[in-house]
Amino acid sequence: MPDVRVVNLTKKFGKIVALDNITLEVRDKEYFALLGPSGCGKTTLLRLIAGLIEPDSGEIYIGNKRVDDVPPEDREIGFVFQTFALFPHMTAWENVNYGPRVKNFDLKEAGTIGHEVLELVKLHERLNAYPSELSGGMMQRIAVARALAAGAKTLLLDEPLGQLDAKVRNEIRYEMRRMAKDLNLTAIHVTHDQSEAMSISDRIAVMKKGKIVQVGTPQELYMKPKNLFVANFIGESNFLEASVAAVNGSNLEMELRGGAKVKAVGKGVAEDERAILSIRPEIFVVERGSSKNKNILRGKIEKITFEGTFVRYVIRLESQDSVVVIKPSLTEKWFDVGASVTLSFPPEKVHVFQYPEAGLTEEISV
Amino acid sequence: MYLAAVIVFLGLILLPPILGIFTKWNTLQEVFDQPSLMDRALVAVANSFAIALLVSALDVLAGVPLAWLITRGKSRWLSVLDTFADIPFIVPTAALGYSLLLFWNGPQGISALFSGSLISTGWLLIMLLHFAFSYPIVVRVLVGALLDYKREYEQQSRTLGAPPFMAARTVTFPILKPALIAAFILSFARSLSETGATFIVAGAFENGPVFLQNVRNEFSVSAPALYEGATVFASLLLIVISLTIFGLIRILGPRLRLPFDRVLPSIERKLSYSKAAMSRNSVTIIVFVAIVLLPSLFVALPAFQAVFTNTFTDAISGSGVWGDYWQSLLLSYLLGAIVTLIGFIVGLPMAILIARKKFGKMPSTVLDILVNVPLIVPSIALGVSLKFFWQSFAFIPEFLLLVFAHLAITYPYFVRSMSAAFERISLDMEEAARTLGAKPFGVFRTIMLPLTKYSILSGAIMVFTRSISETGATLAVVTNLQTAPVVIVNWVKILQNPTLVNTGITSSVVGLGCGILIALSFIILLLLRFVTRGKGRY
Repeated sequence: MPDVRVVNLTKKFGKIVALDNITLEVRDKEYFALLGPSGCGKTTLLRLIAGLIEPDSGEIYIGNKRVDDVPPEDREIGFVFQTFALFPHMTAWENVNYGPRVKNFDLKEAGTIGHEVLELVKLHERLNAYPSELSGGMMQRIAVARALAAGAKTLLLDEPLGQLDAKVRNEIRYEMRRMAKDLNLTAIHVTHDQSEAMSISDRIAVMKKGKIVQVGTPQELYMKPKNLFVANFIGESNFLEASVAAVNGSNLEMELRGGAKVKAVGKGVAEDERAILSIRPEIFVVERGSSKNKNILRGKIEKITFEGTFVRYVIRLESQDSVVVIKPSLTEKWFDVGASVTLSFPPEKVHVFQYPEAGLTEEISV
Repeated sequence: MYLAAVIVFLGLILLPPILGIFTKWNTLQEVFDQPSLMDRALVAVANSFAIALLVSALDVLAGVPLAWLITRGKSRWLSVLDTFADIPFIVPTAALGYSLLLFWNGPQGISALFSGSLISTGWLLIMLLHFAFSYPIVVRVLVGALLDYKREYEQQSRTLGAPPFMAARTVTFPILKPALIAAFILSFARSLSETGATFIVAGAFENGPVFLQNVRNEFSVSAPALYEGATVFASLLLIVISLTIFGLIRILGPRLRLPFDRVLPSIERKLSYSKAAMSRNSVTIIVFVAIVLLPSLFVALPAFQAVFTNTFTDAISGSGVWGDYWQSLLLSYLLGAIVTLIGFIVGLPMAILIARKKFGKMPSTVLDILVNVPLIVPSIALGVSLKFFWQSFAFIPEFLLLVFAHLAITYPYFVRSMSAAFERISLDMEEAARTLGAKPFGVFRTIMLPLTKYSILSGAIMVFTRSISETGATLAVVTNLQTAPVVIVNWVKILQNPTLVNTGITSSVVGLGCGILIALSFIILLLLRFVTRGKGRY
């Protein structure tokens, strides 16, 4: 139920800076995701909030109370490890009851709590089995039930679906959200899977190399990425190098490599500057031969990949840059390899970024 | 090759020490005719088990906090502590025994603070001795287990509301129960087996091994049949009871559960934090230093003093009793080297056989259990039986008998550590090497051997030090040859016997003798540290 705040948090492991002066606020009852590639510091941040490791500097608040010196058992948190860490010497039922027992509840009370949380995770069978005899999905439910039974008010989830099969993973992720919402919990969910984070979170913090690069709702991150890293990491984007030919308020005239001129809407760039035009694969309109639309690019279909719901085209532009375009596979007619096509896009749907000092590859590398 | 390894194991290592007893089966009647001697044997054997049980329990109790401190503490001095914890393990027990005798009982030691000797020879001193040499083994096993342990379990317990002490009690140690049991068994076995040092500090007290040694001194010449009968009787009891106990532990161990019926939130919380943890750590270190470390190294004092007297020049020139000493030292190290080499050759295939289950699952498990048998048979009983066995077959030179005895005793150490090392190598790696075109022996040479070289070296050093230190089986099989620890035991016995005068053996001679032995052991310890230092690389 409480909000979670970290202020100027820094953590180093030897010479490696795992977290670099991070400030973040997770609101009360929010389902919040920490998203980023492996090694970005997201798990470190979660473990600091749990009190499993100590920060080098900075402050941590849970529900307005500073908890830096509070041991993990008194932070009223529930932590679910990627490996679930079910105690191998206890049955599923004993695992669930562990929290109430160590808090010295009597057996009857502990039993009642146990049944309540198992109802919540919809698990009633095989409670006398040991963890090694359970399936991945069951282990995951027990791990969550155990955290809830201990009276957690903040749920900290470290890649809680990482060990599950793809199909089970997709089912359970919505349940994680439902449970947190039903119980009015604040949940912080660490993942490197952007589709997982996008589908269940109220807000997401995208992290890179120990820093937070953007915080926002899934829509904000997708529609308004603040930088190239987010544009690339959330969803998919085509990046085209360009120079800014004219600036008129937020209406920009861009000259692409190869000489093609297109319009775009964006801010933060000046005339004659180098820039990157970022275009999502699904916003292109593709037509055979020529087109009446404005804002066009010409090219040839180089490769087609069928992906079930979508067809993916790789199109070689006249400038020799290539772009990826995605189209629905069943409702639209396919193009053939080698076909000459014209691409067009609405100027207000693209994003314009300054050309990164470190270079494009370095900027978007995970 | 694997079959040959099994045959060597059964024919040379496992069966002779067990069957040997039965070749003298008929002499048992001699003991039954002498009720007083039989009673004496029974009491001695009972003493052995009582001491072993008590010492091992104390070992585990005291070992847990030190192992915890070594693995979880943050101070960089802990690696020094870690190294010191190995010392009593590496020092030959005979030298250790004399050192403890000086410390607790001698006029220069702790007794100097009181009038007279603080602790007289007998059961209490034996317990202190056994505690000192088995404690490092327990700590070593527990440190290893704690390092391998997945700390997530403990962290999980903390987030569920358990303070550190409760988390350790309800989660960590129940999960590490197999290691606790293994540590208990190892220290139990060592306590049952140890002969040389126990003999030094026993005084008039008798446990199993001391009884066997006394009987030999009393009767082997005057009444050989009675000597053999009493030996067979006591050895048989020791072997049968210890096999039964280990069998029971193996069966009951997995069923044992640490109590979790009640938690005591306020007390366990108090035990978890600053003051309690500080005082626990202090007590742990004080116990370790005062009961294990200082007494073990106390002999360095007279040894150091002896360096400035003519005892030292005598020792260097090898005059008087020193001729024997140097000879015995040479014999000990030669024997150690030979045993290590043979152990390596016959033990390696067995380790792979067990780790890779080459003959199927069942036979590998059976072999795994059988390999441990020589470990839990008291070494003096093993030696006695081995001697009887070979005597009844053929004449075997004493040196070869020594090799056989030491091989049987050290074999389990090497095979166990090697099979554990092989098990840690994923089968995938072997299979990958095969698919890349390596023949089976090529896989062994290019994959298994490089990945286990540290284990092989540390296993070999363990075998070597164990062989140098071994007294029980050595005393049992030899009549003329003397290894270094046997010389030390004899010297101390001469020193303790007031009727023997002008033997040329003074306390400064024994001190220096022990000192040299310990100094050499230190070199081995440093070697061990040096060799295993790069272990973290893969």
